Amino acid sequence: MKKENNLQVFRDIAREPYAYLRQLKQKTGKVMVGSTCTYTPEEILLAAGLHPFRIFAQSKEFSLADAHLQAYGCSMVRGMLEDGLSGDLDFLDAVVFPHACDSIQRLSDIWRLNVKSLHFDVLLPVKLDSELSKSYFVKVLGRFKKEVEEAFSVEISDANLRKSIALMNRLRTLLSTLYELRSQSPEIIGGSDLTAVVKAVMVMDKEEAEKQLQALVDVLKQKQPSGSAKKRILISGSVCSHPDIYHIIENKNAVVVWDDLCSGTRYFEGLIEQEEDLMAAIAHRFTERYVCPAKHLGVKFQMENLKKLILEHRVDAVLFMLLKFCEPFSFDFPDIKNELEKMGVRYIMVEMDQHNKIDEQMRTRIDTLLEIL
Amino acid sequence: MKRIMRRYYTEAKYAKLLGKKIAWITSGGPVEPLIAMNIIPIYPENHGAMIGASKLGGKMSEFAEGLGYSQDVCSYVKDDITSSITKESPVPGGLPEPDMLICSNNICGTVLKWYEIQARKFNVPLFIYDTPFVHTEFTDEAREYVNEQTKEYIRFLEKHTGKKFNYKKMKKVGHLSLEAMRLWKAVLDTAAHKPSPLTAFDAFFHLALIVTLRGKKVVVRYYKTLLKELNERTAHNIGAVDNEKYRLLWDNLPIWFRMRWLSDKFASHQAALVADTYTQAWCGVIDLIDENDFLGTMGEAYTRIHLNVGVDQMADTIKTFIKQYDVDGLVMHSNRSCKPYSFGQYDIQKLIREMDIPVLMIEADMTDDRKFSESQVETRIDAFMEVIKQRRK
Repeated sequence: MKKENNLQVFRDIAREPYAYLRQLKQKTGKVMVGSTCTYTPEEILLAAGLHPFRIFAQSKEFSLADAHLQAYGCSMVRGMLEDGLSGDLDFLDAVVFPHACDSIQRLSDIWRLNVKSLHFDVLLPVKLDSELSKSYFVKVLGRFKKEVEEAFSVEISDANLRKSIALMNRLRTLLSTLYELRSQSPEIIGGSDLTAVVKAVMVMDKEEAEKQLQALVDVLKQKQPSGSAKKRILISGSVCSHPDIYHIIENKNAVVVWDDLCSGTRYFEGLIEQEEDLMAAIAHRFTERYVCPAKHLGVKFQMENLKKLILEHRVDAVLFMLLKFCEPFSFDFPDIKNELEKMGVRYIMVEMDQHNKIDEQMRTRIDTLLEIL
Repeated sequence: MKRIMRRYYTEAKYAKLLGKKIAWITSGGPVEPLIAMNIIPIYPENHGAMIGASKLGGKMSEFAEGLGYSQDVCSYVKDDITSSITKESPVPGGLPEPDMLICSNNICGTVLKWYEIQARKFNVPLFIYDTPFVHTEFTDEAREYVNEQTKEYIRFLEKHTGKKFNYKKMKKVGHLSLEAMRLWKAVLDTAAHKPSPLTAFDAFFHLALIVTLRGKKVVVRYYKTLLKELNERTAHNIGAVDNEKYRLLWDNLPIWFRMRWLSDKFASHQAALVADTYTQAWCGVIDLIDENDFLGTMGEAYTRIHLNVGVDQMADTIKTFIKQYDVDGLVMHSNRSCKPYSFGQYDIQKLIREMDIPVLMIEADMTDDRKFSESQVETRIDAFMEVIKQRRK
């Protein structure tokens, strides 16, 4: 019963994240800073006393965004813009665009020209595997910190940064523990609930999130592993937070045991190590965790990382959930699938027209994968 | 032009016999250090344009889609992947295999994925010249980052050729490159004359050399001859389009497989596409290069090209061209293959509203003919020209 109550908090926030944020602003008066990508250095914003959150692209129709972006933009980019133009983000004070893919890069320009909010571009490097680019990354974070200080007339002290780093590390550890528990005993929490937890944490007050997460993890730890015989699935892609995907899988005697999603592990993977230079410490996590395919960490990173996850989590099959028009992820797919074939791991690729809608074709393709397993 | 390009591809084909290395490089990449090192640069994008012009783009994209590539990604990449497997190409035998890959993301992030794919396929070293995007400001740390990468790039070339970098030759190459860019600009500037002695379609054709071989003497010679011809045409008021009455500006890459058709279509309305934003990219940053310090200044120049800056800055450039070439309308190619060029076009339309010229948007693709609807485009061009004609009355 306790677990159910606790989960409901996450479910509610994940379903209506903007309603939660609006309330939070009313209650705390905090400055609301939206961001478009997991490369946002949330620690810097937290240390400045601001409230960072992820803009999810909740919109399902793009009538306002269509006046700015062609229909061959992915639903994340069109949806985020629609959220911004429609007034759904009426509580937004500032927005952070870490440099990611070509589409988000242009979204930043369009946003700056059309949505009233303070605007920060974080001009991250694309290559992350050279000493030079790592040192540039640190300087970019330093500039961002200074810009935030100036924009909000605050001083971001080292003491506050250390506190926010520690808080984010605790949150990441808790999310990671939750994922590990689920990988070991998939029946203790449903896939749609797990994804709701991550989504909620991305918008929640971080101290509140820690409290709620700790309570959830404590309850789940008491559950005994049952040695489930279900097929173990890994979801690979950018965003997949639609609860129905997990229900479809679970109805076919299978479970999602891991993912490499921006809406999943990519958000919390890797901890910030203690270092004298705090900007360097934050940067190092970004250059060492699972990197986004729009970034470069050697030519084989994505496939090697996936292979490692498959072995670590005893994965039976990979479900690629690729967003239509998303170039970075889709370009990696053919070579990755060839590697999976060599490993003898089954896979299926589902192209999503929209990240927040499920159609019959997607349902059928997922069913097919699970039936042939 | 054909002779020069044939010789270039023949030399590249026999590179090994000549003891030369081959580097595949992106179209916006810093080629000059390669020329200084006697490395043959090969441009898969230029090859993509040739594939498009040969009307092979749709078919070759389809082959790549059979390998698992999406229908909705850049057709240059798919054409190249296909050609490197099947060897089908307008260049006999396809492109010569690379010894190294040089990728600059100043034109898009797509090239990063493309060059990663080919680095895995050919198992050759990849150098990424990472140019931070300039939304509003070219920061001090970005300047330092690109300048340091120039040094890193030279060390990379030394390592993979086993030779010391030739700074003396680089000085000459730098001068020649800049001279070629100035000549290219002068060539494009002739279009300001009424009637224009060349159209954007001509520029798309003559572009090949400034893209592939800038830094070589042959390019300077070629553009000098071309400029002389154009100046003679100007002196005698000979227009590229018979009885030029309307002047238009083109935005984005060409639709390579429909160049002739589009050229004829506009000409039938006595309209000349006198200029374009695409070919201008190879001379848009001349002022940022110090002739006597090419290596020290190329980082900034390569970072601040048209495609690597914010939408508002792109709109400013378009406004300058509208005035410079005194055009009556703007034709925007909404290119399904090129998101960084195409996203933002609607906002550019709003930003240039004060110029008070009609804008036509054509949705197509640079090489994939499956994404081109002739009847739809024809109707739109006719309607657009009607508007322009009525405004003139």
